[in-house]
Amino acid sequence: MADLTRDDVAHLASLARIDLSDAELDTMVGELASIISSVAAVQQAPIDGVEPMSHPMPIVNVTRPDEVRASLTPEAALAMAPASEIERFAVPRILTED
Amino acid sequence: MSDPTRMTAAALADALASGDLSSEQITRAHLDRIQGVDEQVGAYLHVAGESALAEAREIDDRRAKGEDLHRLAGVPIAVKDVMTTTGMPTTAGSKMLEGWVPPYDATIVAKLKAAGLPILGKTNMDEFAMGSSTEHSAYGLTRNPWDLERIPGGSGGGSSAAVASWQAPLATGTDTGGSIRQPAALTGSVGVKPTYGGVSRYGMIAMASSLDQGGPCARTVLDTALLHEVMAGHDPLDSTSIDQPVPDVVGAAQRADVKGLRIGIVKELTGEGFSPLVQARFDESVQHLVDAGAEVVEVSCPNFVHALGAYYLIMPSEASSNLARFDAMRYGLRVSPDGIDAPSAEQVMAASRDAGFGDEVKRRIILGTYALSSGYYDAYYGSAQKVRRLIADDFAAAFGSADVLVSPTAPTTAFRFGDKTDDPMAMYRGDIATIPANLAGVPGMSLPSGLAEDGLPAGFQILAPAMADDRLYTVGAALEQRLVSAWGGHLLEQAPELAITKGA
Repeated sequence: MADLTRDDVAHLASLARIDLSDAELDTMVGELASIISSVAAVQQAPIDGVEPMSHPMPIVNVTRPDEVRASLTPEAALAMAPASEIERFAVPRILTED
Repeated sequence: MSDPTRMTAAALADALASGDLSSEQITRAHLDRIQGVDEQVGAYLHVAGESALAEAREIDDRRAKGEDLHRLAGVPIAVKDVMTTTGMPTTAGSKMLEGWVPPYDATIVAKLKAAGLPILGKTNMDEFAMGSSTEHSAYGLTRNPWDLERIPGGSGGGSSAAVASWQAPLATGTDTGGSIRQPAALTGSVGVKPTYGGVSRYGMIAMASSLDQGGPCARTVLDTALLHEVMAGHDPLDSTSIDQPVPDVVGAAQRADVKGLRIGIVKELTGEGFSPLVQARFDESVQHLVDAGAEVVEVSCPNFVHALGAYYLIMPSEASSNLARFDAMRYGLRVSPDGIDAPSAEQVMAASRDAGFGDEVKRRIILGTYALSSGYYDAYYGSAQKVRRLIADDFAAAFGSADVLVSPTAPTTAFRFGDKTDDPMAMYRGDIATIPANLAGVPGMSLPSGLAEDGLPAGFQILAPAMADDRLYTVGAALEQRLVSAWGGHLLEQAPELAITKGA
């Protein structure tokens, strides 16, 4: 079983877009290692050849008739936005300078 | 007329129908109670006094005009803060959504409004429903009305504490791994997780979409059934909603008949690991059902020992994906990282998610990110999905020899604040008996079985096959009748009286 290092947790946090502090990283390494070693027991279950189950019900895609219906107004959709301009969500820069 | 806050929802409905009480009187009595005791209990995050009274008066007017109203019209309700409500904040217990007022109502909320139930307010919960004690709310503790130094269970501790402390006759809940049933058990109230797909998830802030299920919280089995009926039913806005008639849960609760019914005791969910008095109350409850004409069989679900591991891989995996939506761009908290001029969207996102999410949420997101990462996917998420199949197969086999399965709802009574916050696995182990139902999608109920360790309530869990939710209610009602008659009244009447600290 993999030993989770502090660097691993920092990498996972960056994948999950969470800017963890050093103190948070320190506590989380130990906690995650303990949880993972416990849940890894699923690998000991008699799972050879078992069909994975992703959902409690057989899922069939659902569609609706292709008809125009009422939706949120721009005003309602933007009302709780952290920032908006000209009826759009305003976001920080998405490209790097260079 | 007795104090409306001490009446069942069914009795309130009768009093409204006969004209003995108005919805305004009932709603005001509950708002007074909230003002009087919730400073100590902390069940509510938001109290909507004005709008609740306006809704109550509207129902009274419509009733006066002779309109044909829903049976529960005018009976007030508390709504778990994970369900979106227009005109009222919805935070899911997280700083990420502080002050957020959603632009639409959850289907459950729309159904409550259509049926005419005034909404008293929004109840506290573990952040994004992640927890078993409500200690992970960003807005403070909810206390167990039986002992204010103890947890009310979680994640729906606010809803269960509200009904158990007479601050609402009814409340809504959501149950991903036991968040309706375990708080019900720990507070001496009743809660049901319906069949997966039985209640719409539209407008329920998602934790783990293949496990999440909304359901009713109340003080009696019949009240729970009445609310279940309002909440349930097919919803075209939820693609996993079941397009079948709602099982006759109210009729089943009124029948309360277990003659000839086969009750299966799940071997793996009794005995070792369950505290002695919780087990004793469970054994007595089984005997009551036998006395009422049920037949007892023992069933084995050998893969249930792996359920906790599978759950704590599948749930964080789905949660890590669902919570990606909190990106600080369209709604919710946005903060800039310290010491960076003109930060990028990605830097703002990471800083906002660090500031907005609490420890347990971060832990689960990172655990889920790990379980889904390439190189580990098959070993963790893949294995968990196979275990999930084994658990569903165990249920199918068990339901071949039993009509319902039973167990204690939780291994212990309510613990003290802080007892398990430093040891996540210890907290998780409390979900051992409730998790299998979520993995398989089958319905489950918890109702009080009596007082156990430290004079605190214990819960009795009933599980039924998918879409046989009515069986929970007929068994639950039959047991409740016998227990209430043995106790000489509802268990909650034995809870200590809370001091009235202000108002009222």
